Amino acid sequence: MSNIALEVHDLTVAYRRRPVLWNVDFQTTEGRLVGVVGPNGAGKTTLIKAILGLTPLASGHVEIYGQPYAQQRQLIGYVPQRESVDWEFPVTVRDVVLMGTYGRLGWFRRPGAAEKAIADRCLAQVGLTDFAGRQIRQLSGGQQQRAFLARALAQEATIYFMDEPFAGVDAATEAAILELLRSLREAGKTVFVVHHDLQTVREYFDEVLLLNMRLVAYGSVREVFTQQNLQRTYGGRLTLLDQAAEAVSLREPPT
Amino acid sequence: MTELLANIDVRAVLVALVTNIACALAGVFLVLRRHSLMGDALSHAVLPGLVLAFLFTGSLGAGPMLLGAAAAGLATALLTQLVASSGRVSNDAALGVVFTALFALGVLLVKRFLGKIHFDIACVYEGSLLNAALDTVSFGGVELPRTLWQGLLVLAIVAGCLTLFWKELGISAFDPVLATTMGLSANKMHYLLMLLVSLTAVVSFQAVGSILVVAMLVAPTATAHLLTDRLMPLVVWATLLAITATLVGYAAAVRFDFSPAGAMAVASGALFALAALLGPRHGLVSRVVGNLRVGRRIRRDDLLSSAYRREESGVAAPIAASAAVAEIGGGLLAWWAYVDLLRKGLATRSATGLTLTELGRTEGAQLVRAHRLWESYLVEQMGIAEDHVHAAAHEVEHFLDAELRERLAAERPAGEKDPHGRVIP
Repeated sequence: MSNIALEVHDLTVAYRRRPVLWNVDFQTTEGRLVGVVGPNGAGKTTLIKAILGLTPLASGHVEIYGQPYAQQRQLIGYVPQRESVDWEFPVTVRDVVLMGTYGRLGWFRRPGAAEKAIADRCLAQVGLTDFAGRQIRQLSGGQQQRAFLARALAQEATIYFMDEPFAGVDAATEAAILELLRSLREAGKTVFVVHHDLQTVREYFDEVLLLNMRLVAYGSVREVFTQQNLQRTYGGRLTLLDQAAEAVSLREPPT
Repeated sequence: MTELLANIDVRAVLVALVTNIACALAGVFLVLRRHSLMGDALSHAVLPGLVLAFLFTGSLGAGPMLLGAAAAGLATALLTQLVASSGRVSNDAALGVVFTALFALGVLLVKRFLGKIHFDIACVYEGSLLNAALDTVSFGGVELPRTLWQGLLVLAIVAGCLTLFWKELGISAFDPVLATTMGLSANKMHYLLMLLVSLTAVVSFQAVGSILVVAMLVAPTATAHLLTDRLMPLVVWATLLAITATLVGYAAAVRFDFSPAGAMAVASGALFALAALLGPRHGLVSRVVGNLRVGRRIRRDDLLSSAYRREESGVAAPIAASAAVAEIGGGLLAWWAYVDLLRKGLATRSATGLTLTELGRTEGAQLVRAHRLWESYLVEQMGIAEDHVHAAAHEVEHFLDAELRERLAAERPAGEKDPHGRVIP
């Protein structure tokens, strides 16, 4: 039997009482590259944040290799959207990558020679060795993205969540990221990637998770990434779900 | 040593130095997390905590004061988060509501219960450094101002926490979400920071008043960030800047009979202005100089390419310097470029005028090559009309390096002429 890396069970997330994700339920076998695809506002980032325990759940639960997230932190690597941090921050590229090792170190312990070696190796893996000493603002967009990936590699995780790593990068970086994703899969890692470019889904991923406020479909790209499912994901406003969410947030039961 | 410490000026400066350095250190991560306003808020919001601590213990000692400040600081942070998470109110508005309400509550408590104590409003803004220096207590046989003892204690706490939580404070400030997923709760660090700022504020407050507290929490880090882009040097710079502002401010205050706290706050503002003007990378002056250099370089390129074109079209006679300069638009920058051209050995000057050297001819050829390759690219690949491409190529030619030039050349058959029928060098 194959190992279940991630199980999301009946997950519902609400912001200020308004549900933004309804009853999402799936499980993923380890060693898969999963594209998370859906229109803007579909709840892709919210899903990841809910899995990582950053957003309170209205209902449902998440298991990483059969255990709650809090007990499995060490297994998780996370690449947030590039715009989520302050690139003027006074740190070098190497400092940022070194942060990937902080989770394993825990409180108080400082990174030592072993951690620095990991950081340098990860920098080399994404081709940023020559930029290690630069302040992070002095990188191009693609290089910044690669620095984030190097940081995730330094987490030496088993399951990775990447929020739009392909957004706004040059062709060379896109190819480098793809190669990296494939080498992670070969090493038996499971990778979830929020992705926007429908053209490349077939080529890049093993499985696809189609999301639009609810799980539209999940499975192998060949079976699930169909015209019909895409229409269900992107086609039209989900007026029913929207209205239901509105009603819940207003707390006005029908009279 | 004891004699020196008996000097009132020395004591006052020591008090100010210790409290200002503590403020600067506590402010580093506050500013980097973009929570600068928190400094202002906390330095006011600690007031009710102080009054309550005094009412319960009847003492103005360090213990009750620091506890009161810590409690008030944490209450501010907690209430702000509570108000903001209730929805409809943004974080800064929540903070604004909470700290003004707490400060006002503090003022009411003072008036109601401490009516006999003289509450001088000027004291709130400027503190009283001289009073602080005069009020001494002996500790372990050393007689020092009470505020100095308290300041040293708080400085030790702040420096200790910064050392202990260096990695956690850093990652929480840079990427709080990642820190939290790793189990290094950014929220805990937020509260730690609020605690440190409250402790620092309450001690500094007595000596130097609220204006200087806010100035010293924010200005040294803001200034240091203009001077360095590394975290450790930033902390060192912030400390040095706080020391400089203190000494300069106190000297000015003595010399011109100002309020010392006010003068120190002005000095730290002046240091910021200085760094903004003269900073090595982000300073105004270095940016202007950088722009002038680029301008000179572009005009020098223009001199080279126009001289090259003259030679190309068979005009062998040298061109008079004034004519060459006028041809590229004239002006001081053009003359500067002309001087640079001679100094770099790209051209020689004779009685009749300007002649390109071999080096200058090669560089001129590369510029004209870049220009014509770009014109060809615009016409052939992008379908732009021939008579629209000259100006664009004139801009771009200065910025195409050898690699880009060769990639452009590879796009078209070798030896082919440019859209205007000229040979590409």
